[in-house]
Amino acid sequence: MASRLRAIDPAGTLAAAALTALVLGTLAAVAIQAGGPGGLGPWDWRAVWFTLWQAVVSATLSAVLAIPVARALARRRFAGRAVLVTLLGAPFILPVIVAIMGLVSVFGRSGIVNEALAALGLPALSIYGWQGVILAHVFFNLPLAVRMILHGWQAIPAERFRLARSLGFAPADIGRHLERPMLREILPGAWLAVFLVCLTSFAVALALGGGPRATTVELAIYQAFRFDFDMGKAATLGLIQVGLCLLALILSARVAIPAAFGSGMDRAADLRGPPGWRRGADGIAIGLAALFLLLPMLSVILQGAPRLHDLPVSVWQAALRSVIMALISAAATLVLGLALALSIARGHRWVEAAGMLPLVASPLVLGTGLYLMLRGIASPTELALPVTVAINAAMALPFALRILIPAARSLRADYGRLADSLAMHGTARLRLLTLPRLARPLGFAGGLSAALAMGDLGVITLFADSENATLPLKLYQLMNSYRMADAAACAVLLMAISFALFWIFDRGGRAHAAI
Amino acid sequence: MRSAMFALLTAASPALAAQDEFTVYGPDYFASEWGPGPAIEEGFETICGCDLKFVTGDVLPRLLLEGERTEADVVIGLNSDVTKRARESGLFAPHGQDLSGLTLPIDWTDEVFLPFNWSQTAFVYDRTELENPPTSFQELLDAPDDLKIVIQDPRSSISGLALLLWVKEVFGDESEAAWRKLKPKVLTVTPGWSESYGLFTDGEADMVLSYTTSPAYHIGAENDTSKQAAIFPEGHYFMVELAAQLAGTDQPELARQFMGYVLSEDFQGMIAEANWSYPSKLERDLLPAYFAALPRAQLTHFLDETEAEALREPALDEWLRVFAQ
Repeated sequence: MASRLRAIDPAGTLAAAALTALVLGTLAAVAIQAGGPGGLGPWDWRAVWFTLWQAVVSATLSAVLAIPVARALARRRFAGRAVLVTLLGAPFILPVIVAIMGLVSVFGRSGIVNEALAALGLPALSIYGWQGVILAHVFFNLPLAVRMILHGWQAIPAERFRLARSLGFAPADIGRHLERPMLREILPGAWLAVFLVCLTSFAVALALGGGPRATTVELAIYQAFRFDFDMGKAATLGLIQVGLCLLALILSARVAIPAAFGSGMDRAADLRGPPGWRRGADGIAIGLAALFLLLPMLSVILQGAPRLHDLPVSVWQAALRSVIMALISAAATLVLGLALALSIARGHRWVEAAGMLPLVASPLVLGTGLYLMLRGIASPTELALPVTVAINAAMALPFALRILIPAARSLRADYGRLADSLAMHGTARLRLLTLPRLARPLGFAGGLSAALAMGDLGVITLFADSENATLPLKLYQLMNSYRMADAAACAVLLMAISFALFWIFDRGGRAHAAI
Repeated sequence: MRSAMFALLTAASPALAAQDEFTVYGPDYFASEWGPGPAIEEGFETICGCDLKFVTGDVLPRLLLEGERTEADVVIGLNSDVTKRARESGLFAPHGQDLSGLTLPIDWTDEVFLPFNWSQTAFVYDRTELENPPTSFQELLDAPDDLKIVIQDPRSSISGLALLLWVKEVFGDESEAAWRKLKPKVLTVTPGWSESYGLFTDGEADMVLSYTTSPAYHIGAENDTSKQAAIFPEGHYFMVELAAQLAGTDQPELARQFMGYVLSEDFQGMIAEANWSYPSKLERDLLPAYFAALPRAQLTHFLDETEAEALREPALDEWLRVFAQ
């Protein structure tokens, strides 16, 4: 009886259906408005290939570079480690435009790196071109990959490492029996997440791409919509993005193999890292990652902070509005994410696919489709804020899921049968088992969602409300009115709030985690 | 959803219906407190006795989506590169204004689209950083490749498209060769104007594709006279921003009144410092002194909408061929 009840699983199915309707429904609305999908020209196909290529390179680089960093962080103890782990996560939640400012000030023509190279008499590096796109993508996504892999390391029960030590395992043996199986499970998911982020990258590729060689599908959609008013083409390109997403999802699901460590006693992880040269190598991995990820942010702060107190009151009002919207949006993401993750842990694979869909939904297609669907109901200006909240909640969901799914799976594998045998269902199970066990990933996912929602510009092309502007919109308005210095200050504010939201959620999750 | 329902309820209440709501569509930057929107709203509301509401976003795509059902009474902030498509939509009505006193560098006789401010594309530089700027377009092409410029993508930016037409006008059949000479100097191509300008003010590029009126902002708002527009004897491309009234407006009288307001001295007098460009109908001596003293182009290039549309595809293909290599 109980198993049949679970098979229906109304919450997860409903959430997945709503997401599918949102992503595919808006796509269909755009295609119908255009009278069917449109054809693509040679430049569009080039954009598809470039998008695919840079996403594969960026994802592979991010995932590979994340392994030594995550391992070093997992097995070394040092003062300020917890703070560093949190700080290293920050680039992922940076608003794109802020991150570009930081990267340019470090790697740009007149940036720190090139000035150092010039002082040493070495040739200058150029951030502009495909290398800039990939640099920016690794900057954004290395933190995501590190955090996901670090979670993987931390999820190996401490007892397994104790057993390994009592058996006299060398680092290579630990690698073979513990670390590699864990990576086999975690790495495909991490790679997939980064790949999908890079697939729909718009602003990054554009500002640093250097020109039409680095055109992405998302830019092609923008052009089709904005300049050619060819909605059929926009729909076709949107469909290609969804197709690529599903393909990547299938591939990564085939590669990933559950590590099956079983449950532990939740002992504090005691990872005594191997001594000798490995200690130095770990130090270098952490140091380089910290430099690469923190320097651009530091530079943004130095540029913008002096003008922070000059910002007009409307910017602070926008900040407050954005915080409220981010909190609502994060709450929605967590509710949806938990329902989906629990359902996926029960083996509903299509639910997982539905959960990943928003990641590749083109914001422009989403916005236009929603606009077409909702225009009979109310005026778009009235809907601007609710639509922005809803879209931000959906857009953050794939990231929340990547964090929640592995945790929900091991929860089910380790405690599912016990809970079933105790006939623990409904709210009791949620309150006594699910929430305490998942508090840590829920806090992390909530922080991520809130921070992402904070920095997102939303779908302003059609649902804009300049009287109730969000903080990112204010930033763009400042930039468009020549006020670059104020924009830099606004960027610092945006960064600080995004980070604070992330930190509060993440902390809250850890504080409420079951011992 | 709740706020939408709330809005529906309040819209139906008699207290707010007393004053006519007048809806103006404009681009995002326009209605922000740093754009000309608030001044326009205040100025027009004092003479119309109505409640002017700005709705911002991508004006034309949105209008084309909405069609006859649009709530807009007038639009402001269209560019001359979209007038053809806008005109073909049949959504707009003649503005009915007398165009004789316009102070544009070209003749303007359009009965539908009414210009309210204009400028010209130009490469802007910092004279304290770049001591020997190119003095002609040809010199820019011939400059050493370590002179770095940032430009905008003609597929996503209006100024980028204007550059495309500017090069075509100046170099004609030689335009592809001109692009080939320019390409090594292009540091990067950004999607919009603001990213380019930000890179320039950060010191990443020596010159940025912007407007002849850009230095006015730095002088007027920042008291900084170091930014200058390089004036080329080959001429500069004309950029104009337009207003138009909707044929389907339920308040044609107000719309007509707004069109008149756009050309009034009140509106024209504030637009220079509100939108950092030249007003379309204001004698030069009425401009702020530093604004009137800005160096102007001797020669103005402008393609009408039919010519520009015919040239867009081949010029874009040419640009892509050069820049995609």
